[in-house]
Amino acid sequence: MSAPEVVISGIGQSAVGRKLPQSGLELTIDASLEAIADAGLTTQDIDGVATFPGFRPDMQPFSPVGSIDIKEALDLKLDWFCGALEGSAQLGAIINAYAAIKAGLARHVLCFRTVKEGSGGASWQESATARAERVRVGGEFQYIFPYDAISATNWLSLYAQRHFSLYGTTREQLGQIALTARRGAMDNPKALFRDPMTMDDYLSARMISSPLGLLDCDAPTDASTVIILSAADAAAGSPKPAIRIDSVGGGIHGRAGWDQADMPDMAAFDAGRMLWSRTDYKPEDVDLALLYDGFSFLAMTWLEALGFCGRGEGGAFVEGGHRIARDGALPLNPHGGQLSGGRTHGFGFVHEAVLQLRGEAGARQVAKNPQVAAVSNGGGPMAGAMLLVRD
Amino acid sequence: MSQGYQRSLPLLDDLNRFYWTSGKDGVLRMLRCQSCGHWQHPPRPVCPKCLGRKLEPDTLSGKGKVFSFTVNAKSWGPGLEVPYVIGIVMLDEQDGLQLTTNLRDVAPEDVKIGMPVEVFFEKDEDVWLPMFRPTMQAASA
Repeated sequence: MSAPEVVISGIGQSAVGRKLPQSGLELTIDASLEAIADAGLTTQDIDGVATFPGFRPDMQPFSPVGSIDIKEALDLKLDWFCGALEGSAQLGAIINAYAAIKAGLARHVLCFRTVKEGSGGASWQESATARAERVRVGGEFQYIFPYDAISATNWLSLYAQRHFSLYGTTREQLGQIALTARRGAMDNPKALFRDPMTMDDYLSARMISSPLGLLDCDAPTDASTVIILSAADAAAGSPKPAIRIDSVGGGIHGRAGWDQADMPDMAAFDAGRMLWSRTDYKPEDVDLALLYDGFSFLAMTWLEALGFCGRGEGGAFVEGGHRIARDGALPLNPHGGQLSGGRTHGFGFVHEAVLQLRGEAGARQVAKNPQVAAVSNGGGPMAGAMLLVRD
Repeated sequence: MSQGYQRSLPLLDDLNRFYWTSGKDGVLRMLRCQSCGHWQHPPRPVCPKCLGRKLEPDTLSGKGKVFSFTVNAKSWGPGLEVPYVIGIVMLDEQDGLQLTTNLRDVAPEDVKIGMPVEVFFEKDEDVWLPMFRPTMQAASA
């Protein structure tokens, strides 16, 4: 028996917003039932669950729900499940599910990412500074936190500053990613920030950690996003067009410490190499890019890492914003990304790619009839990428 | 540091204690493979280059160059004074031998990638944090 093709058969997303009254599990149930119906399935068809990063009792706003929670809530009969932080970033959950279906361990895998960070307690630095007693850290962060580098903004700014220095990248170029996201968010009713943004707004926003300012950073939110993966033959009766996972990339070849990489190199470049080594498609075949923008600079990195431009050429590629606009050669994050849409944390990009490939994106549908989308998640030592195709 | 904010400190163990207390005599030390001479940081019990298992703390010059930096402008907690400069310093001894630090005795706007820097230590409880500042020679040249 040859390995089956794997498709995205259904998608669902809960309400997205700040301080939503629903619990993380309630949001996950909302998104799951929507996705199961979207796929034309019932709860009894689901035989696998995958999530990133699994329930985190120590960081509940970051991950309030584990695979077992949704299994119990919906009485799922599972042959395979996993929840893991280590792997190909948030997409690791989906890539694991892809592998499980390829291996014949499951037929319909419900993949989810749930966050309650919009209700507070979002960040490492909040937990690091909230305590009265002295905090002692082990592991990798013992080499980073004592220097008050306690925000991901700090960790990524170091990559961005070196990119600026090596390649002459500018704040105005980075700003085009934030502006493009905002223009998309204005047509996304679920987006967190929908007021118009100008380059002046971007440049005058307060600096957080140079060269990244406030509008280079995404914002925490409450949300659950569900992506259902199915063996292609098992999804043959789905009401919606199947979106095939043509290729995936992840892993890491370089050093994995946030401060140990050959900056601005990141694991993203390894994911990009792997992705293109497993497909006949080329970067120029891609109609639409859904690239992780937890920070604007990460989306720029992914443009390079996935070969849409050369290394160091990300700034020039987005210059003026025309290429990455909704009607441009490579529309980028037409839903507003996480920068303006809110930190649905990775899965929001997959959700939007599927809507766009199906032609269901409404007012923000990209001009051309897209058939191939690149999706990526992660930054620094974490990276995952997929090529999605509507055949 | 001001009232209300205290930096996080490393949790000392048998593998890292030598590193975090090395500044007691003003000298930076890291693990070095006794078989092939490769410097290994952060400390690990094996050399990733030759897989040698005998690694010992060895003395470094404490000199390096700014590999990257960021000027942090946001106060992440009450009492954390800003701005401050976070740097990645690549040490002269080996390509890729790098660490996070704070860059001191330099105005944030004067920090440049490639700038020569040297170590000094800031004692906090039972650890000596390696900090870096522009090298004296460069400053007087």
